Order: sequence, then C-alpha cells, then structure tokens
Amino acid sequence: MKSQVVRVESFSASFGEHRILKNINLSIPKDKVTAIMGPSGCGKTTLIRCMNRMHELIPDAQVTGKMFLYDEDIYSMNPILVRRKVGMVFQRPNPFPTMSIYDNVIAGYKLNGIKLPKTEQDSIVEDALRKSALWDEVKDALHRKGTFLSGGQQQRLCIARTLAMKPEVLLLDEPTSALDPKATSHIEELIVELKKSVTIILVTHNIAQAARVSDFTAFLYLGELVEFGPSKKLFTVPEDKRTEEYLTGKFG
Amino acid sequence: MKANNIFVRIIKDRVFKGAAVVFSVLSILPLLFILLYIVKNGIAVINWQFLTELPKPVGEIGGGIANALVGTGILILIACLFSIPLGVAAGIYLSEHRTGKLAYAVRLSAEVLHGIPSIVIGIIAYIWLVVPMGMFSALSGGIALGIMMLPVIVRTTEETLKLVPGTLKEAALALGVPYYKTILKVILPAGLSGVLTGILLSIARIAGETAPLLFTAFGSPFMDVNILKPVNSMPLLIFNYATSPYPEWHALAWGASFVLVVFVLTLNILAKVISRK
Repeated sequence: MKSQVVRVESFSASFGEHRILKNINLSIPKDKVTAIMGPSGCGKTTLIRCMNRMHELIPDAQVTGKMFLYDEDIYSMNPILVRRKVGMVFQRPNPFPTMSIYDNVIAGYKLNGIKLPKTEQDSIVEDALRKSALWDEVKDALHRKGTFLSGGQQQRLCIARTLAMKPEVLLLDEPTSALDPKATSHIEELIVELKKSVTIILVTHNIAQAARVSDFTAFLYLGELVEFGPSKKLFTVPEDKRTEEYLTGKFG
Repeated sequence: MKANNIFVRIIKDRVFKGAAVVFSVLSILPLLFILLYIVKNGIAVINWQFLTELPKPVGEIGGGIANALVGTGILILIACLFSIPLGVAAGIYLSEHRTGKLAYAVRLSAEVLHGIPSIVIGIIAYIWLVVPMGMFSALSGGIALGIMMLPVIVRTTEETLKLVPGTLKEAALALGVPYYKTILKVILPAGLSGVLTGILLSIARIAGETAPLLFTAFGSPFMDVNILKPVNSMPLLIFNYATSPYPEWHALAWGASFVLVVFVLTLNILAKVISRK
C-alpha cells in the first residue's frame, strides 16, 4: 500500500471567468487527518469538491491539471465510481428525510441497486453507526426517521452513511459549522478515532479545530496553496509570512 | 391633534375592518348556497338503485347513473395515464433546468395551455382523434381531459421539486448514486406529497368538465367499458338530463350533481390533507 492516497498535480479550477484554484500541488498521506484551512472564499471547498468531482454539478466549472486516487487518474474514472471511493460529508447535515435511520445508512447500497442479504446489511449498518459513535444512541430507534435526531446526531448519521460505502477517503466540508460546541467536540473526537481506518480531508475555517485534530495542514489563500506540512510545524514555525499572519489573526 | 379628529379616525378604522369581515363572509355564501341547493334537491334521489342501475327510457320510473359513474372513472383513468407521466417528467425537467430555451418554451406553453378554453381542447381532440378513428370514444375524451390536466401537473411538480433542498441531491450524488436514481428515488419521494396534491387538484378540475367531452366521449345510454366506444360521463349526463323536458330526469340530474360535487369536494379535502403532511 502506498502512503499517498490523493495526489494533486498543477491543478487549477475556474467557474466561468472566475479562477478559484491556481496551480495546486499536494499529496494527501494515508490514514491521517489533513486539514485544509484558509479564509472564506479561498477555494478550500472547491478543492475537495474537485476530488470527488462534485464541482461538475456547476455548469460552467472547468479544471486543468491532474488528480490521482492512488495511481488512477480521477478525471478519467467514471464520476460515480470516484464518489463511491471518495465519500463526502457536507456543511449542513442532510439525511434523506423520507428514510429511516437504518435506510439512511444503507442508502448508498439501496440507491445504487446493490442487493445484499439482510444479515450483511444489518452488519454494515451497525458497523457504520458504531464507527460514527451513534450506535448506542440510536440502536433502539433504527426505524425512526433520521430527521428526528438532533443536529449533531444527524451529522454523525451522514458520516455513517458515507462510511457504509467503505470509502478510501472521507472528505469533510466544514462538518461542524452548523453545530453547537458540544456536538462539535463530539465530531472532533470522532475524526481522530476514524483516521485509524480511513484517510480524512477536513475543510475548516476554524484554526483551532485544524490544530486540534489534524496531522497535516494545508493553508490556502486566494486560490493558492501557501503552505503544506505537518500541523505541529505549520502551527508553531510557519515558513510563509502569510501563514503566520493568518494564524495570528492579521487577516481572515 | 384635536380629540374630534382622532374620533373620526377610529370610526373609519372600525368601518374598514367591519367591511373586510362582511365581504369575507359574502364570498363564502355562493359556495354555501350551491351546496345547500344541491343537497336539498339531490339527496332525495340517492339510493343504492340510483348508483347501480342504468338509465331507463322516458316514462319508466327509476333508473340510475351507473354507466356515467363507470364512464367518468374510465375517462379519468385514461386522462391520468396520459398526463401524469408526461406532466411529472416535464415538471422534473423544469425544476432541474431553471433557465434555458427549452425550459422557457415548456413553461410558457404550460401557462398558455392552462388558459385555453376547454371547448377548444374538445374540438382539437375531435379533429385529431375522433375524425381519423371514425367514431366517438372514451379514448379521445380521456386524452382531451388529460391535456387539461397537464399544465396543472407540470407547474405543481416543478414548484414542489424546487422546494426540495439541493443538499439532498448533493448527498445522493456524493454517495455515487447515478443522476436518474437520485431524481427518482431521492428528489421525487421528498416532494411526493406536493406532486400528489397537484394530481388530485387536476383531477378535481377535470371531473366536472363537460365541454371537451361533447364531441369526444359523446355520451351513451349503455354500460360500455370498451375505450374505443362512446361512454357516458357524469357532467354529460347532467347536461343531457337537465336540458330535457321531463321532471323525472331533472331529479336524476340533481342526484348526479350531488354525487359529482361530493366527489370533487372529497378530492379537494384529500389534497389539503396530503399537502399538510
């Protein structure tokens, strides 16, 4: 197994006339948490959306450069396969409102028409809910609607739904920005726990959060990758002046 | 400000508020009178025989509206089979493509179609279907009614699906679910109650239509379930009986009106209940 999961090579992205990402080069290490931080509008969400090709939902999006998942070129794969291997959790919890908790977790299989024996489904659901630290809270209510849960529980349900597909990479797009501090700390503990089994890329505008949970950090500013390295080093002795100014609150 | 002046203002305020209440009540009255009148004249005729027997020739006592009930059922079924797939699909397209030439054209034609008089739709169905097929038929009547349902279904489907949060679509696509399954299994179920409401309201709209059926379904005194033959329908039966010179037939027309009004009211109430969920 390689130690680099996602490799980004001279990658640029633009929406219409607007250039969002400028010549990004980045390698995401396996089974670690990599935080992507930067001020609003710096392109961090766009960068991870390009990793599972969700940016293609926007009609005038264009990209140049390359991205690899292990050795496969993400842009010559079928986007449906890319998205099964690179899972994503969004800013706001978005469980499927018409489905029960159980069906939400297994939704990736059901909606894709993958038929599994009931016992296997049960074990996938339990496993995913245990990994997302939700099992103990919902094991007696698996057939209730997912929308009855609290915001933080809904977000963990969304993480479980993504984990159930057994992805190589888990993209978290500011997963705690809509949650209260208690739910946030829950999710942060979960992220640290999850990196044992899956590579995590966490987008956040919260410097403290990046420092708390990440092993590596990338600092993005105005579409450029300013600095990338082990979080300990980046947060204590940043190489670039802009990183230092951002960390000390001079802008952002 | 003078005390007198304020007093006048208070009076004006009260008059205005009072007028609003009075006119609101007045606007309920027409429906109330129609219902009362229909119940008063119609309910006496309703019995099991009335609902299950065929019409009898003039002079004989009794006779029912069974063929009109079945005919209206067949017409509504054909109209639904024609308009629901078409209308829901067009509604999905419009909610997915908010801009663009085709979306503009579809939206505009749905609006224009909504405004076309029902008699004109009847004539069109006559020219397109009845003339080439050489006979009046339930099929042509059903399609004429389906054309009338279409714009309502298209617009309600579009409006409901637009309200489904885009984050749900993202969630499904991010799980690697293909686009068509995302629409059919996530977006459409999330907006199902709105789509159903639209369908029920459009059925309520066409259940009482007479004009498009005059030259298509035509009417018939027999029970016939062959969709290539003419069929009777509730509004046609009411029209024919009410314009006849025989008092017994007038009574039957009242009875049929009562049944039709109850049917349309039920659909409307059902639509309200579903849309609240």
